[in-house]
Amino acid sequence: MKILVGYKRVVDYNVRIQVKPDGSGVVTDGVKLSANPFDDIALEEALRLREKGIASEVVVVTIGPANAQPHIRNGLAMGANRAIHVVTEEAIQPLTAARAMLKLIEKEDPGIVLLGKQAIDDDCNQTGQMLAALWDRPQATFASKIEINDKVARVTREVDAGLETIEVDLPAVLTTDLRLNEPRFIKLPDIMKAKSKPLETIQFADLGVDSGDHLKTTKFAPPAKRSKGVMVKDVAELVEALRAKGLV
Amino acid sequence: MSKILIIAEHLGGKLNSSTARCVSAANAVKPESIDILVLAADATAVAGEAAMIDGVAKVLTLDRAENAHALAAILAPQIAAVAGNGYSHVFAPSTTFGKDVMPRVAALLGVAQISDIMSVESSHTFQRPIYAGNAIITVQAPASSTVVATIRTASWPAAANGSATAPIEAANAEVSLPSHTRFIDLAQGKSDRPDLQGASKVISGGRALGSSENFDIIYKLADKIGAAVGASRAAVDAGYVPSDLQVGQTGKIIAPELYVAIGISGAIQHLTGIKDAGTIVAINKDAEAPIFEVADFGLVGDLFKIVPELEAAL
Repeated sequence: MKILVGYKRVVDYNVRIQVKPDGSGVVTDGVKLSANPFDDIALEEALRLREKGIASEVVVVTIGPANAQPHIRNGLAMGANRAIHVVTEEAIQPLTAARAMLKLIEKEDPGIVLLGKQAIDDDCNQTGQMLAALWDRPQATFASKIEINDKVARVTREVDAGLETIEVDLPAVLTTDLRLNEPRFIKLPDIMKAKSKPLETIQFADLGVDSGDHLKTTKFAPPAKRSKGVMVKDVAELVEALRAKGLV
Repeated sequence: MSKILIIAEHLGGKLNSSTARCVSAANAVKPESIDILVLAADATAVAGEAAMIDGVAKVLTLDRAENAHALAAILAPQIAAVAGNGYSHVFAPSTTFGKDVMPRVAALLGVAQISDIMSVESSHTFQRPIYAGNAIITVQAPASSTVVATIRTASWPAAANGSATAPIEAANAEVSLPSHTRFIDLAQGKSDRPDLQGASKVISGGRALGSSENFDIIYKLADKIGAAVGASRAAVDAGYVPSDLQVGQTGKIIAPELYVAIGISGAIQHLTGIKDAGTIVAINKDAEAPIFEVADFGLVGDLFKIVPELEAAL
């Protein structure tokens, strides 16, 4: 069985994002870029399924600019067998990403598509669900445990009420939550080895994907700031302050 | 004029208050009408609750045995079918329920989805957070297509119950449903404490608690003042508490009147989950912890000494 893994490059989670003064975007020049943390978890899970003999091949997919190639090489260094880089300089919205992934699915015929539940840049949390709908296949989102038995995946999902377990027939789209696994670190020799692994480059325009009917972002603004409050010296002073506000 | 359909969130025959928060967001669009759709095995009780919310024109029900559990692949085609009956907008709360099902609905309708609406500028223009709330964008949906969106519940008050009751009607959605997705089990923490997402007071603990046993002092303090209990990602990852207590970018976004962060340093991913809280109290031994930058009241010291003292003083 083949597993397709979505592997997006985003601004590193440690970067404190600044909005440009003219409201045209956020500052991305010179900031550190990394793999979306949820996608690292997705790749790790795919690699573990391969190591257990459940999957035979792990293919990482990045939709992004030409200069994202070192990023996708990291996916290969982490252990993917090969990579597909869909090249576009445009920012891709979730519906378009899902349509592009569907084109790759038609070509690759995977048993599982593993994606992060959300990208930490646009925080949309949509692509996996949209892809499952367009593919007319099951989805198991926010996974914290995945067990594969033949053609069925049993997935434990982190939901607001607790932990939900569902069963889905494969092929299916699974999206990862934080506690699914801890991704491995990339070792230096693997970075060297990754250079010889196959990396296919496809121009986004050649996929024949409809990218219309989209949302237009008209303005970026910094969030309302909470002002710094006061420091109290002890519990008595804290209780007094909370009582004065009628909170306790 | 806009006609808005809201998808009710419910569990165990009870309507979740996130639904009434969606009604507030829908009201901000100034629509011609707001309808609520309840999908359930037996929608009677939930529909009855939904019908009492002020501003709701009617409640539609889809009673099917397959709707006993909220499985996105089962619900989405039915929602898409009902949305096709002249609705301009389809809203659901940005909870794990809405996040799971709504993008599937949007894709079936062939439209983009707006996630986490925090304010409404006009019928097709909305504000939403990106980068863990470190930037707020204004987005415009195409005027010609259905607006499918999730509502950031912490940004909206729950609409109150009105004096009149809206009519309840059975909806029609003749769609075949897949059998490829099956519900197995829901493991819920049993607790008499208030629900974290709707609570007016929340006491949260972080990694500094050190163990699940030590977390008991958080529960005790919460019980003393009738608060819900939350946690930072670090505390959940360390196994001190279950994952449904996590507050932050990838956990729950909450807006209690009082939020007490104990032993939580305040990573930006955590702060984005509490920025709409009324009053934030931080208790931490590190005076430089970022949580103090947003706290209304800060107290530096050993939480194992302070928390029992606080519990005794309240």
